Amino acid sequence: MSIIVRQDKCTGCETCVDSCPFDAIEMRDGRAFINEYCNACTTCLPVCPEGAIIETEPAASDSARKFADYKDVLVFAEQREGRVAPVSLELLGAGRRLADELGSQLLAVLLGADESEAGELVKWGADRVYLCSDPVFGKFNDDTYAGALLRIIEEQKPSIVLAGATPVGRSFIPRVAARLRTGLTADCTSLEIDGETGNLVQIRPAFGGNIMASILCPDYRPQMATVRPRVMKRGQYDAGRTGEIIHTDFKDLNSRTKVVETVKEVSEVSVNLHEADIIVSGGRGAGGEKGFKILRELAEALGGAVGASRAAVDEGWIPYSHQVGQTGKTVNPKIYFACGISGAVQHLVGMQSSDIIIAVNKNPDAPIFNVATYGIVGDMFEIVPMLTAKIKELKGQQ
Amino acid sequence: MNIIVCIKQVPDTAEIKINPETNTLMREGVPSIINPFDLHALEAAVRIKEDLGARVTALTMGPPQAESSLREAISMGADDAVLLSDRAFAGSDTWATSYALAGAIRKLGADIVFCGKQAIDGDTAQVGPETAEFLDIPHVSYVRNIEWIRDNTIRVQRLMDEGYDVVESPLPVLLTVVKELNQPRMPSLKGKMAAKKAQIRMMGKADIEADEDSLGLKGSPTKVKSIFAPETKAGRMMIEGGPEEQVDILIKELRKIKCL
Repeated sequence: MSIIVRQDKCTGCETCVDSCPFDAIEMRDGRAFINEYCNACTTCLPVCPEGAIIETEPAASDSARKFADYKDVLVFAEQREGRVAPVSLELLGAGRRLADELGSQLLAVLLGADESEAGELVKWGADRVYLCSDPVFGKFNDDTYAGALLRIIEEQKPSIVLAGATPVGRSFIPRVAARLRTGLTADCTSLEIDGETGNLVQIRPAFGGNIMASILCPDYRPQMATVRPRVMKRGQYDAGRTGEIIHTDFKDLNSRTKVVETVKEVSEVSVNLHEADIIVSGGRGAGGEKGFKILRELAEALGGAVGASRAAVDEGWIPYSHQVGQTGKTVNPKIYFACGISGAVQHLVGMQSSDIIIAVNKNPDAPIFNVATYGIVGDMFEIVPMLTAKIKELKGQQ
Repeated sequence: MNIIVCIKQVPDTAEIKINPETNTLMREGVPSIINPFDLHALEAAVRIKEDLGARVTALTMGPPQAESSLREAISMGADDAVLLSDRAFAGSDTWATSYALAGAIRKLGADIVFCGKQAIDGDTAQVGPETAEFLDIPHVSYVRNIEWIRDNTIRVQRLMDEGYDVVESPLPVLLTVVKELNQPRMPSLKGKMAAKKAQIRMMGKADIEADEDSLGLKGSPTKVKSIFAPETKAGRMMIEGGPEEQVDILIKELRKIKCL
């Protein structure tokens, strides 16, 4: 598939040039020209007022036939100290839905845990669990994890492989994808099956989290994706559900790296943000530490936690541990206050699953209002202290 | 000891805006910077050079204009700079990028390869580990401290969700680093002079003995199908009026749905 400009139709108006996210359109002899940076994303097609930009040879939809051997959905189920990590259950929820849609099986790989934990994965939706209880997997080393997962993938030939975008998944899954010569899409926020081709449509924030991109891996298998914790919903827990647990052994796997010590250091802020029912966040509009002081007062009045956008953290007004968004934490509280936050995609993907979103911003066109349940166009330095005072008053009466 | 630092020239993503009418990126006038995480990678390499002696080479893959980021790296302490640039690399995803970078690193030779933990435009954190796999060397991600290097072994601290691991690896190794590792220095006057005079070594596809089918858009397993703005939430309520009125309405609404 490629994108071309019909030279007979192009009027040289240059409208398309700015629309290209890859800088792939340039003007040559007064006409638009698509250069080698084109990713064939088709963003420019509807932009041209003359309809002069067209797509040639539409993508062949023969991948279903070509990859007849690759059927199932496989989830890498991460454990922490022998217990299945919450992100694994979320991946099983997403994986179950995809497997049902494909009419295939949901497989899980569990390294360094015992049979009862493997049984939990079945109850959360897995049909077959590949379990390796070898204590070598108790510590995370990229070589052993990548080696074990590679062998199971090569044997089982899944069509889709999902893993958590955690420090563990983000570290060793790329090695597996590199070795398998296949695509890997990081931090997906949505995963769907394309009804026509059967390909996995992977949606993730792109360009610094300023816009969303949908990404395909049409010519290679498996299609691999990572998903951040708290992005997907868990499936149904069924205590009576049965499945197969297959004990596997990888005696000959060696690791070049060695973990000599594991030190626990849990930031109180992280815990608070993940468990809070109410989060009060500030962005560039908070203007500085003073702005965060009034946000903290509101959070205290509500018994909530304080969050921040990347802009505020980059400015140094508040530590990184408070950052909510694609490169910070993903949260889903009951109420999320976004104060002085414009609402870049980078921030939205970290908080848009909150039950209620209250946005306070001076700019009525700020994208944050697109995801808000309640929108207030106004000055947070006026609105927030007034709200804090009234809430304190209310709580005093109760 | 030879150290290679992989850097990427990126648009300052904080400056990118979306055109609300066309839902397209407005990139005009957005400045190019060295990916912030890569500055910490470079600083780590220069500190090893100062402590133990090493030759530090900055490597970037990108269009010809990425040369300016290499000169900046020299001003901050890199000894050499290599620009891996070829039209055949255009449109590379993380797989094809790592494949090409590994080809260049193999040619140059390195005991330690440093990368930033991720680039701020793509945010994938994949190129470091994928490059290590192509080189068939170990890697450690999210390095927040380097404890020591001796007897061909390095000991580092790797940031995890709930604390950190102390990890030892033999050399050669690839490390991806987080911002906690250090505070990057400002370019020195001497560095700036060196940067001006420096010869930037150019490498293309012929120099890395690459398989043509593994390069650029053609060699990339992932394809961008479309780009779009997120959907607007249904059932949104804009609260009008003066500040006091707005606050009162909000409180009333929150009480109605039993959130207060």
